[in-house]
Amino acid sequence: MNLFLNVLETNALITAFVVVALVLWISNSLAKTLFAGKIHGSAIAIILGLFMAYLGGSTTGGSKGLADISVFSGLGILGGAMFRDFAIVATAYGAELEALKKAGWIGSLSVLIGVVLSFFVGAIVAVGFGVSDPISITTIGAGTATFIVGPVTGTALGAESSIIALSIAAGLVKSILVMVGTPLVARRIGLNNPNSAMIYGGLMGTNSGVAAGLAATDPKLVPYGAMTATFYTGVGCLIVPSVLFFLVTSVF
Amino acid sequence: MIIYGVGLLAACMLIGVYAGDLIGALLGIDANIGGVGIAMLILILVSNYGPVKVSIKPITAEGITFWNAMYIPIVIAMAAKQNVFAAVSSGWLAILAGLCAVAISFLLIPVLARFSQSEEEVK
Repeated sequence: MNLFLNVLETNALITAFVVVALVLWISNSLAKTLFAGKIHGSAIAIILGLFMAYLGGSTTGGSKGLADISVFSGLGILGGAMFRDFAIVATAYGAELEALKKAGWIGSLSVLIGVVLSFFVGAIVAVGFGVSDPISITTIGAGTATFIVGPVTGTALGAESSIIALSIAAGLVKSILVMVGTPLVARRIGLNNPNSAMIYGGLMGTNSGVAAGLAATDPKLVPYGAMTATFYTGVGCLIVPSVLFFLVTSVF
Repeated sequence: MIIYGVGLLAACMLIGVYAGDLIGALLGIDANIGGVGIAMLILILVSNYGPVKVSIKPITAEGITFWNAMYIPIVIAMAAKQNVFAAVSSGWLAILAGLCAVAISFLLIPVLARFSQSEEEVK
């Protein structure tokens, strides 16, 4: 048994292929039998993945979900930013430039609106919880934008590490809710064409949330949503510690 | 050859991410601005349009479409490595902030979509 586990560990990435294939196979059969095709197989697979990540995190205490268990460490490679971005770029093959051009301006506008909106929602919730110094308020608002903008802003402004951790958590909650929630609300919010997908990517902004949310809704929309989402973190890192921090200090 | 497709895809990504880093550096921030988006645009241009068009044989395209098809499996692996435990056990401030941000953003999608459509009708 130990010998076998050893094989799985030394070939971690290959093990991850098998694990993901199994998860998808189980999810697709569940989608067909239990849910009669009403829920996308990939949506179930993503929820299963998140659930396994919870189990991994609660048993190891690490920060990389199931990937912290050494047998499953390959999931960290396969699901890391490098392969994620590589696959996202590949989805652009076959995307229509015309659709991108047409929704380009509203897409860029939605990035700006998305960052400012999430920031203020986070900041207001922080104030509601009794946080009162501008650096902490800004850092938590930044994390609510994405869990990358949070620590970037917090570090730049010199926030306490507990506040930075909180800002990362807010971003994580957002990203996970986007993954799980998108397929559930997609029809009601009209998320079924390149135009609304670009707005969605710009408003949500979390790369992983958008990537998984669209995968579970309609993979054809991925390039449009991903295109705008990829600008979000950069715009956030640009305006949160500068313009938005200035706004917060002028109020508090 | 399939590797031509994979290589083209990889080159697009590297150029795009480098451009995103450059834009970030020019603006004085330590973050990538739109690198993946730029990479996607380069791939779309190279595979479709005018003077920069590269002829991609079906077998070469397979090197790109394979990674396109690997997108969902990669996303599932990504889900399995998220720090869900920290998110769930982070306390109400973080949960409420994330929840409100997502809910309000979802609500705004149809509003902006309608806005962009009515704008188009005016044109």
